[in-house]
Amino acid sequence: MPNERILRLAIIGVGTGLFSGLFGVGGGVVLVPMLILWLGFDERKAAATSLLVIVIAAIGGAITHLTYGNIDLVAALTVGIPAVGGVLIGTWLQQRINVAVVQLLFSLLLVATAALVAFG
Amino acid sequence: MIVLAIVIGVAAGILSGLLGIGGGILLVPALALVLDLDHIDAEATSLLAIIPVAAVGAWRQRSYGNLDVRTGVTVGIFAALAAVGGVALVNALDERLIRYFFAVLMVYVAWRLASGAIRQLRAEAASATEG
Repeated sequence: MPNERILRLAIIGVGTGLFSGLFGVGGGVVLVPMLILWLGFDERKAAATSLLVIVIAAIGGAITHLTYGNIDLVAALTVGIPAVGGVLIGTWLQQRINVAVVQLLFSLLLVATAALVAFG
Repeated sequence: MIVLAIVIGVAAGILSGLLGIGGGILLVPALALVLDLDHIDAEATSLLAIIPVAAVGAWRQRSYGNLDVRTGVTVGIFAALAAVGGVALVNALDERLIRYFFAVLMVYVAWRLASGAIRQLRAEAASATEG
């Protein structure tokens, strides 16, 4: 059923975009659980897809902010370059940890994000 | 202060690669509290910093064989469009109410994910002792 799959992907995309636009949270915390619970992705595939979605969504958001002049390029490089190093470690690590353990870590992240959204 | 920002940057990247998130949960506070950006600038700057991080992460995941590019691009286009709608909706809705609703929903999803993971770990442990 390719049409049903595309419909589900569209709903997941819209849900991710709406929530991240509404609360200023990244798309990943919304997207990864939906891919796991609704499309049956494992944690690695869900995380991989999420990273690509984040690239596309962040480009859109960054262009909007660039036109308002809200971006500090030096600060972006100060945290961004170390973070690129970190993501190499993180993805490497993820291939070597049990997916169920990664999923447990993710649920902790969700609770932390929920607290930030409710009380932050 | 720069050293602290770099350390938090590395941690955000590890979290990003491990969990498939952007890392804004660490980058925004680092930019606001350590590098003294105001809140909107911190969020905007975090968004720019996330692009190469997520791109490198997606590239690595593709080499590990975990990434279906077409799925990601499809979801990504819808997400980018809907984010604009989400920002517009913030001003139209009772924000506190939906914040609490969303927080409760996330805790529920966390419980679903955690119980599934624990079930899987128990099954693996059981089959390990049998085998």
